[in-house]
Amino acid sequence: MTTAVVRASRAMRRPARSRALRPWYRNGILVAGIVIVGLLVLVAVFAPLLSPYDPITQDLNHTLEAPGAHHWLGTDKYGRDVLTRLLYGARIDLRVGFLAVLIPFVVGSVLGALAGYFGGWFDAIVMRIVDVFFAFPFYVLVIVLVFVLGAGESSIYLAIAAVSWVSYAKIMRGELLVAKKQDWVVAARLGGMSHARVLMRHIGPNVLSQALIYAMSDIVMDIMAIVTLGYLGLGIAPPTPEWGSMILDGQEFITTQWAQATIPGLAVVLTSLGLSFLGDGLSDLLTPERRR
Amino acid sequence: MSVEGGSAPLSVQDLTIGLRRPGGRSVAIVEDVSFDVDPGQRLGIVGESGSGKSLTLRAVAGLLPRGVEVLSGRVEFGGRDLLTMPAKDRRALMGPEIAMIFQEPMTALNPVMRVGDQIAEGPRRHLGLSAKEARELAVSMMARTGIPDPARRAKAYPHELSGGLRQRIMIAMAVSCGPRLLLCDEPTTALDVTVQLQVLKLLEKLCDDTGASLVFVTHDLAVVNQTCSELAVMYAGHIVEAGGVKDTFRQPRHPYTRALLESAPDFDHPERELIPIPGFAPNVADRPSGCPFAPRCGYVRDHCTEAVPPLEEVIPGRLAACFESDRLVEVLA
Repeated sequence: MTTAVVRASRAMRRPARSRALRPWYRNGILVAGIVIVGLLVLVAVFAPLLSPYDPITQDLNHTLEAPGAHHWLGTDKYGRDVLTRLLYGARIDLRVGFLAVLIPFVVGSVLGALAGYFGGWFDAIVMRIVDVFFAFPFYVLVIVLVFVLGAGESSIYLAIAAVSWVSYAKIMRGELLVAKKQDWVVAARLGGMSHARVLMRHIGPNVLSQALIYAMSDIVMDIMAIVTLGYLGLGIAPPTPEWGSMILDGQEFITTQWAQATIPGLAVVLTSLGLSFLGDGLSDLLTPERRR
Repeated sequence: MSVEGGSAPLSVQDLTIGLRRPGGRSVAIVEDVSFDVDPGQRLGIVGESGSGKSLTLRAVAGLLPRGVEVLSGRVEFGGRDLLTMPAKDRRALMGPEIAMIFQEPMTALNPVMRVGDQIAEGPRRHLGLSAKEARELAVSMMARTGIPDPARRAKAYPHELSGGLRQRIMIAMAVSCGPRLLLCDEPTTALDVTVQLQVLKLLEKLCDDTGASLVFVTHDLAVVNQTCSELAVMYAGHIVEAGGVKDTFRQPRHPYTRALLESAPDFDHPERELIPIPGFAPNVADRPSGCPFAPRCGYVRDHCTEAVPPLEEVIPGRLAACFESDRLVEVLA
């Protein structure tokens, strides 16, 4: 009887404990995202240590080999090891993806937040510019800009930054329009806090998660853009290993050597999956109500 | 509440709030409202929805909704007019001198900030405390507002706390910088009655301890009776009666106050019949000439509809805006 009572009281205590916030490492999605993206980054960083081959040197005696003991994923039409090119490709694709997102994320979020918070003429000007950019499809504008600026990595950064900041501006403006009406924002202002402080300390942490989640999928989109540009001869110039050009090179052998195009494609899928998990996990982490 | 100005923390004079229409014509929603709040005094402003009580409080806090503005009058705090001072100076007063407690404890706290940090933010900014000192002050403020285990609760996020605890957090936030004036906009309507009583007692105690003045806007007469020492009754944008809470409740000298008291349940006299007030409050854009309460008043005479009765002292310490005030001498049970 006594043990039953003790057990019952223990059971009753449990819900109270589950009110406490779950630490970040108990969030499965977040951990999965960190593991996948972390592995990809490690692979990119340590590519030269992981592979005995050079990604560029051709070996015309061993072209188009099937996966085997020497070349785990086979060789391409120039006899280069596919796995090696995949590892080195992670370097350029991840770097361009992350860096290309950085500028539009910062610039777009700040402009959108200021437009939404203060409104008025500033809002009108920013949003009209956003409308102009939104009127063109993403790829059309990026391709035109890269064409004008000349092919190469820095052109890709500039073109993507110029085009994709508008999405962040739109997201943050919408978030701010809602947030600035909240009682806690009014309360903070009423507590004598400056606009800058209210924006940075109070509203920022509440709304930034939306832009951050979008940024994660935006990285994937940018990698796709690099792939597309490579296909059009405007991207990273060969023979630099890059997933997009690997898919392009592999597609002519798709019936005999399916792995040539499929493996780099899977790498893109895995990257986007990892980044999506990371985005979802971060949004949970940044929203305490959802962390239970 | 006193009629004369002076060293009062808050002195509102002839405050008229309204909508300014294009073309110069404006519609007054609150008209010629004057009151003083002395140090340590607790003023309750009561009235039904649309009487202008919240708008009056919001004008003092500088929180008028878009399109609504102060058309004339002064709101003096410590001798300085809040309405004409630079926004920067006014913001410097908000927090250390004037603080406001909101109606909705559920939405007035930042959901992604730990409550201890939210309380500490004001003292940190306004009193120049270090992060550590401010955190310690926050915990001691939480202890003072009767929050059990404050050190642990300071690390909680708002959604982890109950409504009563959140309202205590709000109060701790409001009083953390030691303001001389607390503005409360129906701070207990979102709480259930037992918690409501605790929060009111707490407010009362904090004001007594710190000597802060309180302006309390509510539609709940029982809350005013519980918390406030002074009373102002608003109807259709005017103060119609003002005086000490106990005296006014015992012997109202304006028919509207009397009607309000008769329409509210009194648990000391549960057998008493509740008498509803007939009709509706007038539209602000279309006030009747004369006394705004005349169409609903049981004491109405012909002259009531001809001129607006001025707010005058009818007995020592009591103001009423009624020509027939002398006929209301009956003491309520």
